[in-house]
Amino acid sequence: MAAAARRGRQRELGKAGWGWTALVAVVSIIYFFPVLWIILTAFKTRTDALAIPPKLFFTPTLDNFIGVFYRASISAGGAQETNFPLYFFNSIFIAGTSVLLALIVGTLAAYAFSRHPLRGNDTYLFIILTTRMMPPIVVIIPIFLMFRLSGLAGSYWGIILLYTAFNIPFSVWLVKSFFDELNPEIEDAARMDGATERQVFFGMCLPQILAGLAATFVFGLILTWNEFLFALLLTGVDTRTVPVAMARTLGGEVGVDYGLLAAIVTLFLIPIFFVTFLLQNQLLRGVTFGTVKR
Amino acid sequence: MAVVSAQQVTGERSAGGFWAWLMAPERRGPLLVTPALLVLFVMNIFPLLWSFGLSFFNYRANRQTVPTFEGLQFYQRVLTDENVWERFQTTAIIVGSSVLVQLIVGFLLALMFARSFPLRRILLMLVLTPMMLSFVSVGVFFKLYYEPTFGLVSWALNHFMDERFVLLATPAGAIAGIVFADAWMWSPFVMLLVLAGLVSVPKYLYEAAEIDRASWWRRFSTITFPYIKSLLLLAVLFRTIETFKLFDIVYIITEGGPGSATETIAVYVYRQAFQFFRTSQSAALAYIILFVVIVLTNLYLYAVQRREQEVT
Repeated sequence: MAAAARRGRQRELGKAGWGWTALVAVVSIIYFFPVLWIILTAFKTRTDALAIPPKLFFTPTLDNFIGVFYRASISAGGAQETNFPLYFFNSIFIAGTSVLLALIVGTLAAYAFSRHPLRGNDTYLFIILTTRMMPPIVVIIPIFLMFRLSGLAGSYWGIILLYTAFNIPFSVWLVKSFFDELNPEIEDAARMDGATERQVFFGMCLPQILAGLAATFVFGLILTWNEFLFALLLTGVDTRTVPVAMARTLGGEVGVDYGLLAAIVTLFLIPIFFVTFLLQNQLLRGVTFGTVKR
Repeated sequence: MAVVSAQQVTGERSAGGFWAWLMAPERRGPLLVTPALLVLFVMNIFPLLWSFGLSFFNYRANRQTVPTFEGLQFYQRVLTDENVWERFQTTAIIVGSSVLVQLIVGFLLALMFARSFPLRRILLMLVLTPMMLSFVSVGVFFKLYYEPTFGLVSWALNHFMDERFVLLATPAGAIAGIVFADAWMWSPFVMLLVLAGLVSVPKYLYEAAEIDRASWWRRFSTITFPYIKSLLLLAVLFRTIETFKLFDIVYIITEGGPGSATETIAVYVYRQAFQFFRTSQSAALAYIILFVVIVLTNLYLYAVQRREQEVT
């Protein structure tokens, strides 16, 4: 078994040359085209955005990006700042904090489930997983009432706690699968040599699964970044996230301003794209929920 | 690894006191699990129990009247409601076709990326991007692409068709439009899963097959497929459970229309709860959905366990 695992670790991808790159590039660009079109729309004027036949080549304009942050207003006498910097901050702050919190709390729990099993260990794990699989619509009514009664509605803490709860299940499952792959015999040996529990946990286990923790973080971030339904119902003016603000720009007497919307989408895509790019290899690993041993 | 000296263990803290009781080795497991379970209880399990209670009372979130006990009446009403069954059917059609498309597209994409070639990292990012978009933006822009006058898709298709292309006007077209958008967004996820499976196939098996001059089909069916079989199952279940929740895209692209042709169960519950304020009825319906999800989750776990057995 160990030998097979080791051999599996030596696996290498088959090599292919530039010819294959060309083929994959064509398919990828076709697949990417709807996104590309959104990004192009962000640089178009209002007439260009809805031109028929569609314009692939046009004179680019930055008006839409300026429009995200400044709004022409007659009453204020010129340009007025919009709240979008705040919304971007909210999105980053809320998603980042809750995914990080879930990772910390989830890692502790995962370590316990893996190394110090409770009575009814599997039942707990099953209940935890079920809460993740549940459609949000099932709990939305009581959560809405609960937030209204407790005054959590519209506060950072409320939405952060809620997102943390959403991220805990797969944090626990994913991180547990990483702990399960470590060799407990080495830890026991260290304990025999007099290492404390804390030293075993922080000094031996955690450093070995750092890549896994990174994967869990990215995966959680992708899932939380774009959450809309709960953000719509539970955030207030000060804690509004970008997806909600984005949806609010849709309503207007002159119809949807696609250029402006595209600019928001493009700006909002940059951070998550960048993080994913940096941790791409870990994501590939994490998405399988640790079911592929290497 | 780090070898730790013994002096740190002895003489740490004296016995006795609440702290020592709490930190005792036999309480380590429960102690570490508590924060996670606490958050889950407050934010998920408690609201669930609450809505369980609501489903027995006649309660409306927008009225001040005192709720009256109604027993199982709302469950009866929901289960005998033809609309509900219709919504379940719609959901099943959308989920089924979307997952099927995701599986095929994701599998083909994975085959493309399962080797190393120049620029692989960057091209992979291009394919992964749809997953990172918000549902709102995918919804709004696909609605624009389908739009009969200004839409990209309609414009392209009008070159090949005699009559004007109006996708969202017919039930079948509207379903196709939603499935297309959802499958486009999530096929990369299936691709990631299948890719992980393809990568886990030991190379020596292929080398042996090459010596035996095994055909392409034989290599696929006897080496590749067994290794990705359970991951495919995993992908199907995970995507089924996730697509079952599909709300935002439907709500934005078709708002459930034309008529109620694309109204999924999630949209229906949302309407019941927040448009008609039938709070209790939607809570009862939510519980029936929960039941379906628990069944699916059990299947999912079964798939995970099978995968673990196969790999080890």
